[in-house]
Amino acid sequence: MNEKEIEILEILEENARIPMDVLADMVELSVEEVEKTIKRLEEQNIILNYSSVINWDKTSGVDGVAAMIDVKVTPKRDVGFDEIAERIYRFPEVKAVYLMSGAFDLSVQIEGKTMKEVAFFVSNKLSTLDSVLSTTTHFLLKKYKHDGVIFEPEKKDKRIVVSP
Amino acid sequence: MKHVQQQYVSKTASQLKPSGIRKFFDLASQMDNVISLGVGEPDFVTPWNVCEAGYASLESGYTAYTANAGLLELREEISSYLSEQFSLNYSAESQIILTVGASQAIDLAFRAVIDPGDEVIIVEPGFVAYAPAVTLAGGTPVSLETKAEDEFKITRESLEKVITKRTKAILLCFPSNPTGATMSEAELKSVTDVIEEHDLLVLSDEIYAELTYDETHYSIARVNGMRERTILISGFSKAFAMTGWRLGYVTGPEKIISAMLKIHQYTMMCAPTIAQHGALEALKSGREDLERMKKSYRQRRNFLVKSFNNIGLSCHMPGGAFYAFPSIQTTGMTSDEFAEKLLEEERVAVVPGHVFGAGGEGYVRCSYATSIDSLQEAVKRIERFVKRRQQA
Repeated sequence: MNEKEIEILEILEENARIPMDVLADMVELSVEEVEKTIKRLEEQNIILNYSSVINWDKTSGVDGVAAMIDVKVTPKRDVGFDEIAERIYRFPEVKAVYLMSGAFDLSVQIEGKTMKEVAFFVSNKLSTLDSVLSTTTHFLLKKYKHDGVIFEPEKKDKRIVVSP
Repeated sequence: MKHVQQQYVSKTASQLKPSGIRKFFDLASQMDNVISLGVGEPDFVTPWNVCEAGYASLESGYTAYTANAGLLELREEISSYLSEQFSLNYSAESQIILTVGASQAIDLAFRAVIDPGDEVIIVEPGFVAYAPAVTLAGGTPVSLETKAEDEFKITRESLEKVITKRTKAILLCFPSNPTGATMSEAELKSVTDVIEEHDLLVLSDEIYAELTYDETHYSIARVNGMRERTILISGFSKAFAMTGWRLGYVTGPEKIISAMLKIHQYTMMCAPTIAQHGALEALKSGREDLERMKKSYRQRRNFLVKSFNNIGLSCHMPGGAFYAFPSIQTTGMTSDEFAEKLLEEERVAVVPGHVFGAGGEGYVRCSYATSIDSLQEAVKRIERFVKRRQQA
């Protein structure tokens, strides 16, 4: 992985909508070179997706709850945690699954319309899986920062307009 | 009443010209929707760990004066920082003073070395405060004009031309505000023998040293024979985005530093204590933030300079600082007209080059320490503005 590729990834991670010609100038490559590089990074599954960070609390008519569930599991011979992780992440309501160090094994993030829906998922789908030993569910109350983005940013530039 | 008041103002203060930047500040602050490329400071806020260290120092009760020269622990940290980053060795005990911004260090240095009648060479286009600081210390500023064709670097010839038998010192600032020019080791070495031959003192303002993009910064104090005749000035403002903390430092030959310390202890006591605690944290663990900010400046520089050249404002690639200095001569306007009309018609603030002294006319200073989104919008507006002139 060369320096320019890393630079392109960093810029895109911060702003996936940056115009190609601007990005090309920033890293001192031609537009064609940048497009080729991005295509390659996509094919290698290094760039997986371009998504937006949305503060749904500010929208009307869209309600939902999110929870983080600490899951203890029994790892299986040969496949370790990967098999059970896959069985969990295939559920569409599961937004993230991480293997963790510490007191539990998998951290599972789920989103549902209501608390009841999340509770149903935990008791009927997650807990009933063979390898799952226990679950602890934490409901998310408020998002302050997500993926490096602050939800109520201060936009105002506090500098004086012109200075030496 | 006004007349009566005026009689009390000293001749020196009366004769001091107000900075040409002031006018644009007044104009721009009254307008809405202005994109400012006129700001001479980072757009990042101070890294959070540095702010935390400031809070923590207050919580621990560090609210009193420090030693005149500053906290010894901080001077020691600066000493090893200078050695690691720039291969410069200065003693924390006897050769470093913490100052209220690099600005105070400049003032102290001039006051410590200038006798009435001494001439000090100022490289121009240059920072607006140098010449007045020389005047206030009783000296005579002499302008050394640098040119776009030399990428605003000084050359042997340009230096030799301005040296007289009254010349005592030369002030250098590379990377430069406003041109972004840098000088490499070889370029510095091509002028240092002239400096030695005429026995000049060097004041090297290296406040932008960390913001050098294409090569590593080389301090003039590293050149053989220069260490003994160089006062090195730097600070935390630009590299660590700490302008409002007002903390700089100065280092150099012991005799000169101790003369500066005498003035400092009578006129300032010490630099702000809270800022010194913040700076300590910046040096200990601020490198990653610094590199992140530097990378971002470099990307924005690349975009802005390319864009200026594309729209017909020829602009050299500045090696450091966060300013582009494009030529506006093809528009047929003076830099004042250009800046004023651009602000009026397109709401983009830039600083006219003439305020930076000789050689600045025909150019404008554009800071790229502003978001890439704002820079894109600014370029669109400037392009529209320039096209209108070309058609007219």
